[in-house]
Amino acid sequence: MLHTVNKSPFERNALDSCLAHAKKGSAILLIEDGVYAALKGTAPAKKIEQTTKTVPVYALQADVEARGMTGRVVDGVKMVDYGGFVDLVAEYPAVQSWL
Amino acid sequence: MKFGIMVNEGPYTHQAADTAYQFAKAALEKGHKIHRVFFYHDGVNNATRLTEPPQDDRNIVQRWTKLAAEHKIDLVVCVAAALRRGIKEENLAEGFRISGLGQLIESGIQADRLVTFGD
Amino acid sequence: MTESTGGIEMEEATSGVVKKFLYVNRKAPYGTIYALESLEVVLVAAAFDQDVSLAFLDDGVYQIVKGQHTKGIDVKNFSPTYRALEGYDIEKLYVEKESMEARGLKTEDFLVDVKVVSAAEMTDIMTGQDVVLSF
Repeated sequence: MLHTVNKSPFERNALDSCLAHAKKGSAILLIEDGVYAALKGTAPAKKIEQTTKTVPVYALQADVEARGMTGRVVDGVKMVDYGGFVDLVAEYPAVQSWL
Repeated sequence: MKFGIMVNEGPYTHQAADTAYQFAKAALEKGHKIHRVFFYHDGVNNATRLTEPPQDDRNIVQRWTKLAAEHKIDLVVCVAAALRRGIKEENLAEGFRISGLGQLIESGIQADRLVTFGD
Repeated sequence: MTESTGGIEMEEATSGVVKKFLYVNRKAPYGTIYALESLEVVLVAAAFDQDVSLAFLDDGVYQIVKGQHTKGIDVKNFSPTYRALEGYDIEKLYVEKESMEARGLKTEDFLVDVKVVSAAEMTDIMTGQDVVLSF
């Protein structure tokens, strides 16, 4: 399953809920304000780094750039464009949006 | 692949409508089909003909109209959610149609993937 | 086509296809409309003979709590509608244990019969779905 998270981990618990329900074989895509979870030097990013050991984590580049966060995304989080977003949805049998 | 898209939020207030649009556009560019875009909750506000956003920014409603016309996409606004929020035939933007929640379920059944964009 | 199917010719729509639909409820009632409007989707969806499950986790567990008296806020109390789900053959209602316990809730607090599952079990339930609707 592909999981998307679109809200900031500092605002809402969507990221934590997602992480508690994303098992091996799944993937996580951070979009919109969800990209704030992947920023170096933050507690959520540590959780993300830990997660990447079992589940691939992606971030939508356009959302990272819009927020002036280019260059601050932790290693291990792969950037994708909207085309990559589409590919991820196609690749996994279903998608769950953690709103 | 056939994608169903659900838009749960109105234009401008949340990024959902923008992300949904960019996703739809990217999917079409890759040769996929969009089965339907279903607007629910405040998402029905994407269909108002009365929108007048500032000229120097994107016109979200018109963008949907244009996309639908270019690619023959079915834009469906939920009747119950629309009535609650004052979206009716008389103020419906071009390219949208008002119908029931069954259209959303049908999309879930007939499309290969259903993606939700919300708050 | 009938109103109850939301304008759909049933046979055309499903042509015998049965998918596993999961409705994910994570938000409390009344503070936002998502709880009510997601329930409205479930009721319409019942006519489509799909394999339906409802998941209540995070603040979604508050949706099915007994004793909702909404006269003071002058908002329609829609909680009795959860009891109607059984009549629509929608019986797979899952409540996440961790969410319940964090909120000090017990199964006696709920107005419908639910299956309490751990986060790990909920993960398996979610992963097995064909279509997941989030509100």
